[in-house]
Amino acid sequence: MTTTELVGGATGGTSTPRRRLSDNKLLRFIIVRFLLIFPTILILVTMVFVLMRSIGDPITAALGGRLSPAQLAERIEAAGYNRPILVQYFEYIGQVFTGNFGQTISDNRPVLEVLSRYGGATLELAFYSLIVAFIVGIPLGMLAAYLRDKWPDAILRVFAILCYATPVFFAGLLLKLVFAVNLGVLPVAGRASVRTELQLTNVDNPTGIYLIDAFQLGSPAVFADVLSHAVLPGIALGLLTAGVFLRLVRTNVIGTLSMDYVDAARSRGVGEFRLVRKHAYKPALIPIITVIGLQMAVLLGGAVLTETTFEWEGLGFQLAQYLQARDFVAVQGIVALLAVIVAVTNFIVDIIAALIDPRVRY
Amino acid sequence: MAAANSRFRALVRRLPIIHHLRQSVGLQRGMLIAGLVITGVFLLVAIFAPLLAPYGYSTLRDENGTFGAQQPPGGQHLLGTTVGGYDVLSRVIWGAQTAALVIIVAVILSIFIGVMLGLISGYVGGWLDRVLVVVADAVYAFPSLLLAIVAAIAISGGQSSFLGGIFAAALSITVVFVPQYFRVIRAETVRIKSEAYVESAKVVGSSTTRILFRHVLRNATRTLPLIFTLNSSEAILTLAGLGFLGFGIEPTAAAEWGYDLNKSISDVTSGIWWTSVFPGLAIVLVVVGITLVGESLNDLADPRLRTRRRADSTPSPTAETSAVPGGSINGLDTVNGLDLRP
Repeated sequence: MTTTELVGGATGGTSTPRRRLSDNKLLRFIIVRFLLIFPTILILVTMVFVLMRSIGDPITAALGGRLSPAQLAERIEAAGYNRPILVQYFEYIGQVFTGNFGQTISDNRPVLEVLSRYGGATLELAFYSLIVAFIVGIPLGMLAAYLRDKWPDAILRVFAILCYATPVFFAGLLLKLVFAVNLGVLPVAGRASVRTELQLTNVDNPTGIYLIDAFQLGSPAVFADVLSHAVLPGIALGLLTAGVFLRLVRTNVIGTLSMDYVDAARSRGVGEFRLVRKHAYKPALIPIITVIGLQMAVLLGGAVLTETTFEWEGLGFQLAQYLQARDFVAVQGIVALLAVIVAVTNFIVDIIAALIDPRVRY
Repeated sequence: MAAANSRFRALVRRLPIIHHLRQSVGLQRGMLIAGLVITGVFLLVAIFAPLLAPYGYSTLRDENGTFGAQQPPGGQHLLGTTVGGYDVLSRVIWGAQTAALVIIVAVILSIFIGVMLGLISGYVGGWLDRVLVVVADAVYAFPSLLLAIVAAIAISGGQSSFLGGIFAAALSITVVFVPQYFRVIRAETVRIKSEAYVESAKVVGSSTTRILFRHVLRNATRTLPLIFTLNSSEAILTLAGLGFLGFGIEPTAAAEWGYDLNKSISDVTSGIWWTSVFPGLAIVLVVVGITLVGESLNDLADPRLRTRRRADSTPSPTAETSAVPGGSINGLDTVNGLDLRP
């Protein structure tokens, strides 16, 4: 009997009134959890606002050396930065909740446009790295649990620590050195070669996600080019999360291996490897779902560094550019936007976790 | 005399790391010792950097003239020179000092602030507690590097001198870490608050301050050494990330590994490896060392993960927060973490 059958059997046996009760609780959980998003966003946006404005108005910060004091004063006046800070704060909060994240100073674009233009690239990178993390982390974690306290386990655990200890940009630089410069098998930087970029402009409804655009184009060469550019950044960022998954799966599989139902299976003569592969690993995956929410934050932070390393033109790359240009309105906008994305992702992940595992519900 | 000596030895044995070292066995002991050795070497290098480094961190020339940019390793410059003409070995060694200073300042600050807030919030309870918990949870879920960037802008406007840079980096990291200490100490305080000895202290008429610091704080600190080690390694990574994005300390003010790595991006493309590999390895080594210590402490404390325990044992703490970016070393704690919310 597999784990699913066991779990399915347990829930199937619940009587109807009890199920209705748990459904109500679930609904309540979802509502409470949804309402919690707003204070979270409000707190983060407020923090970003306070921190960013504690050094003065953004126009002086960005253009201070380049304009005369009179011109500066004129632009500050026009942008409304000479009004009381509280007025500006409430105006800003109002704008954020209506989806207006402000205009960049250096190139005068709405922050939302920056997002729609470059968000796809970051999403694509995050997707690749999650795939790398799953492929590397979960099987290796199961293996480490199976060979617990033997030398392969020690090696795998050191590998997990190395994954976490290596800054993504250093991992990226090393991968570049080996595979792009010395071996010359993969491209050094960028999301696609110039020719591919040109061809991708022919796509009717470009999504900004090159993988999908290349698929629409239907050209294998373009597809291969896009993928080959994604390999190194994906691995650099993915290994970070892979280390976390590896540890998590190892710990939890070891935990479930001592459960009664695993003991029961063992006493029926199920082999130790089959126990890990069939019985112990599925419950061990639940914490992974919870962690993915937190990992989104890590991936977004890591994306800033990875994109800078590989000149991957996504949100993180843009953020780094705006930081260099001291365009703090753009920085504030992008950071606030990322805060919203993180808050919403965490909400979705919590709901999924609650659907799967009733113990999580409040 | 003999009694005093044995009491001293008993005290030493109860010290966090020494206690764990005595308790460990086999592979876990090996990992703990390896971590302690690496961390020890790092601290020694940091302290004796002025003696160990062949040149200063911002030295561009000696009596034979300038060093020259991008010189390969060997000869006068064991690890070569950077694109800016600095000696790589010297900058790696001086970088240890910067990293150590930033960790110490950041961790002390965050322990102080986090512990205070956690104690008060957990003990007083009520709306203050609820607000602080929501704030801490919000900050905890935010990408820490982005928060550190914003804090760095606010503190230094982006660039700074040696001490200013170290404090700016440390404070930026503190903003990220305070919620972690807060959560742990608050959870402990809430638990301890209902213990009988706190109630009896109240009955005897002890002041709130005395109860907080004498009865609650002393019993709530058991997880601190663990979080301390885990956070130190994250502090190094955050510092390097800040430096990599150009919020580090100017090369003339101090050596910083992340800054050097940023300057080496273009070197890598032309096959110059020594400017990036050595500072990068320094980061990896130090983080691995500190993480090995932290993870060993965590495993020793967790009965499900501990292989075997030596006779000398008193229960020790498990991580309730973690330095693994966003996640927890111990998976089930992430689920438990939800219990901390209102």
